Amino acid sequence: MAGNPAEKWQGGLLGWIDARFPLSQMWNEHLAQYYAPKNFNFWYFFGSLALLVLVIQIVSGIFLTMFYKPDADLAFASVEYIMRDVEWGWLIRYMHSTGASMFFVVVYLHMFRALLYGSYKKPRELIWIFGVLIYLVLMAEAFAGYLLPWGQMSYWGAQVIVNLFQTIPYIGPDLVTWIRGDFLLSDATLTRFFALHVIALPLVLILLVAAHIIALHEVGSNNPDGVEIKKNKDENGIPKDGIPFHPYYTVKDIVGVGVFLMVFAVIMFFFPMGGGLFLKPDNMIPADPLVTPELIPPVWYFTSMYSVLRSVPDPFLGVVAMGLAVVMLFFIPWLDRNPVLSMRYRSFAAKFNLAAFVVAFVILGWLGLQQATTMVSEMSFRWSIVYFAFFFLLWFLSKERSAVFSLVAFAVVVGIYTIYDILRFDPSDASMIMWSWLIPTVHLFVCMVAPVFARGLGRDRAVPERVTS
Amino acid sequence: MKTFIATTFVALAALLATPAAMAAGGSGDLQKANVDVTNQASLQRGARLYMNYCMACHSTQYMRYNRVGRDIGLTEEQVEQNFIFVTDRDGELVNPGSLMTNAMTKEYADEAFGVTPPDLTLSTRIHGEDWVYTFLKSFYIDEDRPLGANNKVFSNVGMPHVLWELQGWQALVEDDDGNERLELVRNGSMTPSEYDRAVRDIVTYLSYMGEPMQLDRQRIGLYVLIFLAVFTLLAYFLKKEYWKDVH
Repeated sequence: MAGNPAEKWQGGLLGWIDARFPLSQMWNEHLAQYYAPKNFNFWYFFGSLALLVLVIQIVSGIFLTMFYKPDADLAFASVEYIMRDVEWGWLIRYMHSTGASMFFVVVYLHMFRALLYGSYKKPRELIWIFGVLIYLVLMAEAFAGYLLPWGQMSYWGAQVIVNLFQTIPYIGPDLVTWIRGDFLLSDATLTRFFALHVIALPLVLILLVAAHIIALHEVGSNNPDGVEIKKNKDENGIPKDGIPFHPYYTVKDIVGVGVFLMVFAVIMFFFPMGGGLFLKPDNMIPADPLVTPELIPPVWYFTSMYSVLRSVPDPFLGVVAMGLAVVMLFFIPWLDRNPVLSMRYRSFAAKFNLAAFVVAFVILGWLGLQQATTMVSEMSFRWSIVYFAFFFLLWFLSKERSAVFSLVAFAVVVGIYTIYDILRFDPSDASMIMWSWLIPTVHLFVCMVAPVFARGLGRDRAVPERVTS
Repeated sequence: MKTFIATTFVALAALLATPAAMAAGGSGDLQKANVDVTNQASLQRGARLYMNYCMACHSTQYMRYNRVGRDIGLTEEQVEQNFIFVTDRDGELVNPGSLMTNAMTKEYADEAFGVTPPDLTLSTRIHGEDWVYTFLKSFYIDEDRPLGANNKVFSNVGMPHVLWELQGWQALVEDDDGNERLELVRNGSMTPSEYDRAVRDIVTYLSYMGEPMQLDRQRIGLYVLIFLAVFTLLAYFLKKEYWKDVH
């Protein structure tokens, strides 16, 4: 604690506390003397915003818990009771439902930032791993919470997802019964989902968020240039390109909070249903185990993964593919071996790969909301290939590849799904299969073959010594 | 970054053709309800029509009588005299603080209509205002149905044409182009435009019923946004002030 400036300007009480609890030390380590790169841009708002949404969800959730009844006979009516009879209940409920969707919006943008600037690369692999775990727990949390209003979509959505486990060989059926706590989705399921949603998963979530931040503050933040600011320190050992998180980024993040809350308020007060994406009209019908809705799309934040599931004809392999779509994220730090962190200095091929991934994610998300027609299944399949090809190309683009290696690898990868196309070929869908074949092939071609002929497309640029403004 | 955004947009633009082509598909020909939930007179007329014609079968069990009265500008006495026909177990009229349930049992409903008439508290949120509006205008004579009426929006609906006294009777006719349309074959007590207004009043009332706080939330939302705009502006200037020495 020696030389701690806090001791000079703070008197008795703080000193008393500091002798018993490292309050000043924590304040300094995480805020006042935590040096963050000075060149954070727009994408760096979403970490603090995710924390804000977590707080919003916990606080609004506590109030909802006071009035909600986790009972299959009472749950639906208790939500309407909150909407009508509880003072400000509608506000709390809309805050929670809007917050759920905004949580995913913020988290997806936050994850995209990490991909954009290589924030998962050494020495930040653990931050990324904790982050993906947070994403996993968040999905479980959202899924459990969605059952609680006990509307038709709650019920049948949960039915579809829980039944996925049924496809697992041997243990599937018993496992599903164990998850439901009953032979069908019932009150027993509702009460355990309630327990998971209000205590178990939030607890894990908060611990993981703490681990995520501790890991971040241990190694320091990355930045849009991907330059390690700790390599350039002044005589006091302070990074030349660093500024204290407090007050600089606290005041900056408050601006972000203001803008974000305005978006949040527009949705909450004027479009609480989010055009049927955030709250579904069918969920205004109480759950009825005897009436299956025509279309049971998951909530928008699951639809990309759902499309991957639907793109595989075999149910169990579909579940495996969907699981893999998430699990692959864990391996990103070890797939991408390229020493250049930021996309700013990566090759055109690398940029194109990331763009293709984003486009695939959005299109798969849209497809997941549609009725499964032949065309939707075909598109889901092709864009799923693009989705998974992204991970392969992360590895492939780790360094400049020789012409021979590039062409052989391209032929092998394209060959795999082309052989599958030939096996499943159906003359009635011939033209669709052939033109949609181009979607993943163009992606792979631009990232693997184009750089062979135009070397510039595959070449990373020099990273500057210091951050740029 | 610029290259990246450009690449993304080019890729997205190239691919937008696919979803656009697939999204094509008709949403049916529903008529616009054009309801105005701020119109208290319309709400009161709608509430009266609902209580007289709908409530016997369709409860609105998540809502309370006195809340409706308060929101649409009626006194508790007016609510008691005009709206409350439901009795409790002892045969007494229920009090204005009660939920708006009704007396029809599931067994009776199943016997009379083949289905249980659904609770309508959230009907406009489930189907949309336009659907309910068009539905109420689309009953026609169909001798094949047990209750003599069918509906163009909801075929083989179990519900009879409850508002026939007001609207009269429509028949399904086929015009020269082979399109089916409805034609009034027997006048009711209302002219077609009066009937449209009556249906609009009911839908206005049901829209209010689906989300009774909808006017509150928009009013409050405006103040919240004004506050947040000022807050964000001040925060922006604060940030600029702090950051002026960062180069």
